[in-house]
Amino acid sequence: MHWVFDTEMNTVNSKVKLKPHIIVSGLTMAYGDFIIQRDLNFTINHNDIFIIMGGSGCGKSTLLRHLIGLKSPAKGQIYYGDINFWDAGPAERSRIMRKCGILYQKGALWSSMTLAENVALPLEEYTDLPNPAIKEIVSLKLALVGLAGYEEFYPSEISGGMQKRAGLARAMALDPEILFFDEPSAGLDPVSARRLDDLILELRDSLGTTVVVVTHELASIFAIGSNSVFLDAETRTMIAQGDPHMLLAETVDPKVKEFLTRGKTVSAETFSGWKE
Amino acid sequence: MLHLASVVPEQKDSQQKKKRQPFIYVVGQNAVLFATSTVQMLGFIGEATLSCWNFLLGKARFRRIDLLLFIEECGAESLPIVTLISVLVGLILAFVGAVQLKLFGAQIYVANLVAIAMAREMGALMTGIIMSGRIGAAYAAQLGTMQVNEEIDALKTMGISPMEFLVLPRLFAMVLMMPLLTLYSDLLGIMGGAIVGVGMMDITVVQYLTQTQATLDMANISLGIAKAGIYAIIIALSGCMRGMQSGRSAAAVGEATTSAVVTAIVGIIVTDGIFAVLCDALGI
Repeated sequence: MHWVFDTEMNTVNSKVKLKPHIIVSGLTMAYGDFIIQRDLNFTINHNDIFIIMGGSGCGKSTLLRHLIGLKSPAKGQIYYGDINFWDAGPAERSRIMRKCGILYQKGALWSSMTLAENVALPLEEYTDLPNPAIKEIVSLKLALVGLAGYEEFYPSEISGGMQKRAGLARAMALDPEILFFDEPSAGLDPVSARRLDDLILELRDSLGTTVVVVTHELASIFAIGSNSVFLDAETRTMIAQGDPHMLLAETVDPKVKEFLTRGKTVSAETFSGWKE
Repeated sequence: MLHLASVVPEQKDSQQKKKRQPFIYVVGQNAVLFATSTVQMLGFIGEATLSCWNFLLGKARFRRIDLLLFIEECGAESLPIVTLISVLVGLILAFVGAVQLKLFGAQIYVANLVAIAMAREMGALMTGIIMSGRIGAAYAAQLGTMQVNEEIDALKTMGISPMEFLVLPRLFAMVLMMPLLTLYSDLLGIMGGAIVGVGMMDITVVQYLTQTQATLDMANISLGIAKAGIYAIIIALSGCMRGMQSGRSAAAVGEATTSAVVTAIVGIIVTDGIFAVLCDALGI
């Protein structure tokens, strides 16, 4: 697939390199009175693979729900390009979301429909393609995620990992400009997780997709991340942002360091505690 | 080990939740909760009405095949249980009536009693209660599980209204099938009455049927069918609403299912009461 796009994408790449795609400014997220995170400010550029990371319960998935229009912010703005996402009406939001694909944590395939029908639904809704063409695209997308031949299966008839991949095929159905992943490697074996990482990189490079990934999987973070934000549950705000490799090398914040080194600082202390 | 327990500091306001509240506070909180849930219910009904309007304008989107599947589920597949219950209700009514009417030597009026009771009340009521358990609960469980699996989120972010895609076909299937099932239930109830009348009280089949025919008029039957249509809306909407409001856990889906059946049955009985008063006032 990727030789088709190679030449034109390279030129596009250099042009759009640092164009902001999503801007989050002063975002505060809350459930009722309970504040999850406050004062989030970051920019996701075109062609980024942007990682939202942090410990469990820090609000990563909640942040994602704000970005994809499922939960409105308590305060602050989210801009898609120049458009204020939450001030624009529902019609405008839905128009923006049409250019986004989302892979949910458990795949979220519609259980009453076969894999082919799942992938075909967005195409039927938003394109005028004739049925044979849709069928061809569906087969191609399923083949891309390694599920060729599974068109007529129902989600309950395949394994969790396969459901997740089928979910990705559905997210890619409309060739989205932005792909959101919620914990992509959760529940996948190491090899499948690695393949998914490769697929994410491939999508970014060949189609110029902007990718936003919510994860705490260190291997994935370092393998694919080009920019990131670190959410902290304790102080309820972001405490670091930037390329994960740079963060690892440069950060002085003990929490970020602990996270990115898989808690080495903690275990050292623990061991010294044991010696006493 | 002790050190491990103290590595992660305690989250201060996580304790707040468990604090005991004074009685007055709990009462107030429940009152507020009741108010918000009423508002939510009205909101849901409003949204459903808008979706129906969209459907009439030809803008609503759902899969035709879904509608057919739901029609099969609540129509054809409900026949056995509706048959059983209706015949038994007819039998019971006839027995109750027979004992009293025998005192006056007016056994033949069992036919009147059964026919009027089935057509006006019991046909629609019993079908409604069966369907709340069979279909209302199923709808709540289906939509609740879809909520847990993020399937409803997936629809929303795809720009497809869950109200149109999930609720409308379920609602339409119920509204189409309930009146038919009620008619069927009326018929079988009358048959049940006839079994008692003919089998135990020297009434001939022809006598029984003529008597029934003489009593039943269109007003009685259409009143039952009109009720059935309204019950169908109550059952389908309460099932779908509780399912959509469900939390994201297995326990929450269970609660949603229970709550759907309770809401539907309460709704049906209250509506029936209102109908009874209205019919009396209007002389129907």
